Amino acid sequence: MTEAQTQIPVTVLTGYLGSGKTTLLNRILSENHGKRYAVIVNEFGEIGIDNDLIVESDEEIYEMNNGCVCCTVRGDLIRVVEGLMRRPGRFDAIVVETTGLADPVPVAQTFFMDEDVRAKTKLDAVVALVDAKHLPLRLKDSREAEDQIAFADVVVLNKTDLVNADELRDVEAAVRAINPSARIHRTTRAGVALDQVLDRGAFDLKRVLADDPHFLDAHDHDHDHECGPNCDHDHHHHHHDHDHDHHHHDHHDHDHGAVSPIHDVTVQSVSLRGGEMDSKKFFPWIEKITQMEGPNILRLKGIIAIKDDPDRYVIQGVHMIIEGDHQRAWKDDEKHESRLVFIGRELDAERLKRSFEACQAA
Amino acid sequence: MRGKDTSKTEPAFLMPTVAPFDLEGHCIAAAFIDNIPFFALADGMVHWLDHGQKSVKLHDGLLSATTSAGNDLLITGGEDGKVMSLGSSGTAQELASAGKKWVTAVASGPQGAVAYASGRNAWVRFADGKTKEFVHPRSVEGVAFSPKGMRIGIARYNGATLHFPAAEGKPVELEWAGAHTGITFSPDGAFLVTTMQENALHGWKLVDGKHMRMTGYPAKVKSLSWSAKGKWLASSGAPAAIVWPFSGKDGPMGKAPLELGTRGNSMVTSVCCHPSEDIVAIGYDDGMVMAVRFADSKEVLLRRPGKGAITAMAWDKDERRLAFGSATGDCGVIDIAG
Repeated sequence: MTEAQTQIPVTVLTGYLGSGKTTLLNRILSENHGKRYAVIVNEFGEIGIDNDLIVESDEEIYEMNNGCVCCTVRGDLIRVVEGLMRRPGRFDAIVVETTGLADPVPVAQTFFMDEDVRAKTKLDAVVALVDAKHLPLRLKDSREAEDQIAFADVVVLNKTDLVNADELRDVEAAVRAINPSARIHRTTRAGVALDQVLDRGAFDLKRVLADDPHFLDAHDHDHDHECGPNCDHDHHHHHHDHDHDHHHHDHHDHDHGAVSPIHDVTVQSVSLRGGEMDSKKFFPWIEKITQMEGPNILRLKGIIAIKDDPDRYVIQGVHMIIEGDHQRAWKDDEKHESRLVFIGRELDAERLKRSFEACQAA
Repeated sequence: MRGKDTSKTEPAFLMPTVAPFDLEGHCIAAAFIDNIPFFALADGMVHWLDHGQKSVKLHDGLLSATTSAGNDLLITGGEDGKVMSLGSSGTAQELASAGKKWVTAVASGPQGAVAYASGRNAWVRFADGKTKEFVHPRSVEGVAFSPKGMRIGIARYNGATLHFPAAEGKPVELEWAGAHTGITFSPDGAFLVTTMQENALHGWKLVDGKHMRMTGYPAKVKSLSWSAKGKWLASSGAPAAIVWPFSGKDGPMGKAPLELGTRGNSMVTSVCCHPSEDIVAIGYDDGMVMAVRFADSKEVLLRRPGKGAITAMAWDKDERRLAFGSATGDCGVIDIAG
C-alpha cells in the first residue's frame, strides 16, 4: 500500500460471562454516536449481539518462532483483521470481545507484533468488565481474571448494586492493587459513559498517561510465571535521538502501595519515582529490564524526564515490546520527575528501584 | 512468438500494452476462466471481460479464490460461509456451505475436487457433491492439493498435515515450530512449501521429510508461484522477487536464491511465473508490474505504478496476456506482444 491509510481503532473487551460485557457491547453498538463497528467474537450467539458485522473466530494463540514464550499473537485476529481491512468502508472501528478465559496479552500483542495488522489498525484500549459480586471468587479460581484486570486500561466494576459498601470498597481496592494505573468506573448494568471506554488512546504515546491522576498509586504482591530471558525478536524501539549528559539531581522515592484486601492475587505492581535520567543509562537499562524480565512484565508505563531534554519522554510496554517517544514539552510549573510503573509477577521491587535510581543523571 | 529457444533471444514481449479495468475494491484473485479474464473482489463481486464487462455478486464478502484444474471454473470462499463456483458463461453454483464462519481458503484438485477451510476444519468436496470433513486441533490456515493422487495438505500451527481424502487412514503430520499460514506443493509433488507468520518459508522434501528453511525476508511472504516444470519457486516479501531453485534433489538447500526485479523503494507483493518459460511477472506495492527472465535477470516493464499494491496475477493459456489486480481495484490485462 503506497498511501498511508488511517489506522482503525480497536477496543478489546474482556471479562467473564455474566460480567456485563455483552450489555456494554450492545450499548456501544446501539448508542447514537454515528460510528459503525465490526465486532470480532470467539463465541457466536452466546447472547444476542445486535450488529451487522460480526465475525466469529477460534481463539488461536501463536507463539512466535523466536524462542520466547511470551511473544504470542492471536493468529485468528491477524486473519480476521486482514480480511476486514480489505473492505475498510464498512466500519469505523473494531471491537474484539474475548471470552472470560482468554489471555489478553496475545490479543494486545497482535496489534504490535504483526506488521500488517499494525499498519492498518491501532489498539485503543483494553477494557475489563468485572462483576463486583463474583470477583473474589474469580480471583480464587482463575489466573485469567487477574490477568484481565492487570492488563486493562479501563476497568468497569459492574453490578455494584449487588454488593454492600464494604464489599465494594474491598473489591475496588483489590482491582487497584492489581492494577494501579487503570481507570476504574463503578457501574450497574454496565452503565459507563461510552467516552470513558472508547477512543481512549491508551496505547497512544502522545496521550498515554497524559493526565492520569491514578498513575502514582501503587502496590505490591506475589508471583508465578515461566520463560527464559533469551529472546531474539525485534523490539519496536524508542525513537529517541538524545545525546545527553550528566549532572543535576533530584529526590526519589518508591511506592509500595496497599495490599489487596482480597487474597489470591499474584500480580504485583512496582511504582518507581526518580529525578532526571541520564539517557545513556536509562535506555540501555529499560531495554535490559524488558529483555530479562519481559515474561514477568504484563504492562509498563512511564513518564521519564531526560536530562537536558525539554520534552517529556513517555514509554509503554507489553512484556518485551516497548515503545517510547517524546510526548510534549514539560510545562513551566511541572517538576522534572521520572515515574515508571511495572505491573507483573515475580518482580524484584528492590532491584528495580535500585537500578532505576542508578540511571539518574548525576 | 512462443519459441521455446529463449536462451538467445530477448523476452518475447517488447511492446506490452495495458488495457486498464478500473474496479472498486481489493482484488482477491485474477484468473483466466476459459481464457476470459476474471477479477474477484473482496466485496464479493466478480467481474469479467467477455465482449464487454460482466459482473455477478457471488458472496457478501469474498475471502479466497482459485481456478479449477481445467481452468473452466472460478472457485471462491466467502464471509457468508459459502463455497461457490462460477463458469465463464456467468453461471454460479453453490458448492458447499460451511456454516457461519468465514471460508478462508479454497483449493482445486484433480477430478473436479475442491477443498476449503473454515476455522479448524477442512473439507474436500468431490465432483459428485459428496464431502469429507477433516477436523484439526488448531485453525486451518491454508489448503492445497497435491498434483499427484487425491491428497491435500493443510497449513496449521507448528507444521502441516497431509490427508488422503479418497482413502481411509491416518494423516501424515509434518512438524515445524511456528505458525504456517499458506501452503503449496511443487508441480512434481516432491516438495511441500509453507509460508509462515514469520518472514520465512518452510519446506519439506516429502520422500524423506527433510526440512528446508528459506529465510531472510524483510516482510511476510504472501505470494508464491512455481515456474514451468517446478524448477523454481518465486516468492514475494522482499524488494525483489526471491526465486528459489528446486531442480536439485534437495531443493534449494545450500543454494542461494535468485533476486529478480530488485527495486530500492518498493516491495514485491505478487509473483506469477510464466506458464512455459523461465520468466516471472512481478507485482509491486506501488502497482508496477515487471517481467524478468531468470537466465539473465533481464527486466521488461509491463505496467507503470498505479494506485495500489498488486495483489493478484494470472497468465492466459496462450501465454500472451497477463491479468492483474490490485488492492485498490485498478485492475487490467497486459498484452505482452502489444
